[in-house]
Amino acid sequence: MRAALTVARRELAGYFATPVATVFIVIFLVLAGALTFTLGNFFGRGQADLVPFFSFIPWLFLFLVPALTMRLWAEERRLGTIELLLTLPLPQWAAVLGKFLAAWAFCGIALALTFPLWITVNILGSPDNGVILSGYVGCLLVAGAYLALGAAVSALTRNQVIAFVLAVALCFLFAAAGSPVVTEFLDTRLPVLAEIARNLSVADRFGGFTRGVIAARDLIWFASFIGFFLFVNAVVLDHRKAD
Amino acid sequence: MMGGLALAALIEIERLTKRFAGFTAVDDVSFSVERGEVLGFLGPNGAGKSTTMRMLAGFMPPSAGTARICGADVVEQPVEAKRNLGFLPEGAPTYPEMTVAGFLAFTGRIRGYRGSELADRTAHAMALTQLEGVRLQPIETLSKGFKRRVGLAQALLHDPPVLVLDEPTDGLDPNQKHEVRELIRRMAPEKAIVISTHILEEVGAVCTRAIIIARGRVVVDAPPSVLEERGSSLDDVFRRLTLGQEAA
Repeated sequence: MRAALTVARRELAGYFATPVATVFIVIFLVLAGALTFTLGNFFGRGQADLVPFFSFIPWLFLFLVPALTMRLWAEERRLGTIELLLTLPLPQWAAVLGKFLAAWAFCGIALALTFPLWITVNILGSPDNGVILSGYVGCLLVAGAYLALGAAVSALTRNQVIAFVLAVALCFLFAAAGSPVVTEFLDTRLPVLAEIARNLSVADRFGGFTRGVIAARDLIWFASFIGFFLFVNAVVLDHRKAD
Repeated sequence: MMGGLALAALIEIERLTKRFAGFTAVDDVSFSVERGEVLGFLGPNGAGKSTTMRMLAGFMPPSAGTARICGADVVEQPVEAKRNLGFLPEGAPTYPEMTVAGFLAFTGRIRGYRGSELADRTAHAMALTQLEGVRLQPIETLSKGFKRRVGLAQALLHDPPVLVLDEPTDGLDPNQKHEVRELIRRMAPEKAIVISTHILEEVGAVCTRAIIIARGRVVVDAPPSVLEERGSSLDDVFRRLTLGQEAA
């Protein structure tokens, strides 16, 4: 675990030593703000909550998180540092976990920097801050799920463009699985699959959090999702590290 | 039992083989290296030198055969094996955005050092490789020779009994080459060292033994002096042996 945290610390410092951090955070904040105030109609709807903000987060992360994960292993391969990292005396899972934790902490920092929105609603009205907090927890879990998925994809290929496109596509699959378009279509033809699709949907799980419900079921779901893809990441890495 | 382990060779490679789709990069290679030996690993480009070293370092899983470092199998007990190993990968990869001191501290922390011991080891590794002058510079701003020495410092930081160095003097100027060879010679009595190179004078300068590998197979395993007796120069012997293999 200590080795994993050492790797995470190095990774996180790496984000801030390169323009990656600035570009990611600025774009994230601009888009999150713009979507909330324009499409989300933050002022016009006359309610003191962050529902419009939270409703855009899974879709924003859908593009931004794969941009973060595409370089995760591909960059190590390009630089050759993967050979250095994996010949240091640390178990392979520690390297996988460390990289994931750093990216996750980074998303947490980006999310935390949206605090002006939270201050704004508290000045304008008296929102339920418990619901807002649970919404943020949900955002962080969605980021974690996409990160774990994207990192596993990144271990699969040394081409960053392929890693990005594949990760977006797969994240989209899990984001859209529970949407009415998909489930209604499946309901009429293959009801069994519709149920599975709803169960696999990241957006459905996230919905509970934005309403202020932190259910053990949903926490376990996210934990298993992240755990599963970290495991896939470790297995893929073991087979393809030298390619 | 302990005595038996101490006497055993620090590096043991048995029938190591690596097959890629369509060809065999390393074909049934066996050798062992004892404490005090400096093994020069020679061969034309693509002969399988780096692949052998990668398998020995536990980076690439062998298709067949075993490699052990201080008795620990690199596949079965990878973390134990790597603890006793200092490895300089091909091209001396490092994280470009980190400073020299930051990078060495990172590898030290992974190896479990903390506090003053970490600081001492980092400082010692930088002293050995003459990096003190650039300790706070980002690695990407350094010249090729400095980068190579950062990779070398990382391999020496924990004073490991086994050193595997893939082309340690590549890209260094003649003075720096001399320094690195001196360093290897000084460390040699307590360690088992494998260096790969295609600079033949290096073998005569630092190695106690040379293995020439061609098309994945060991063609010669002898002290450099014996090699030189077989031809007018090491270059001659090398060319004859490796070209002969390719023609065959």
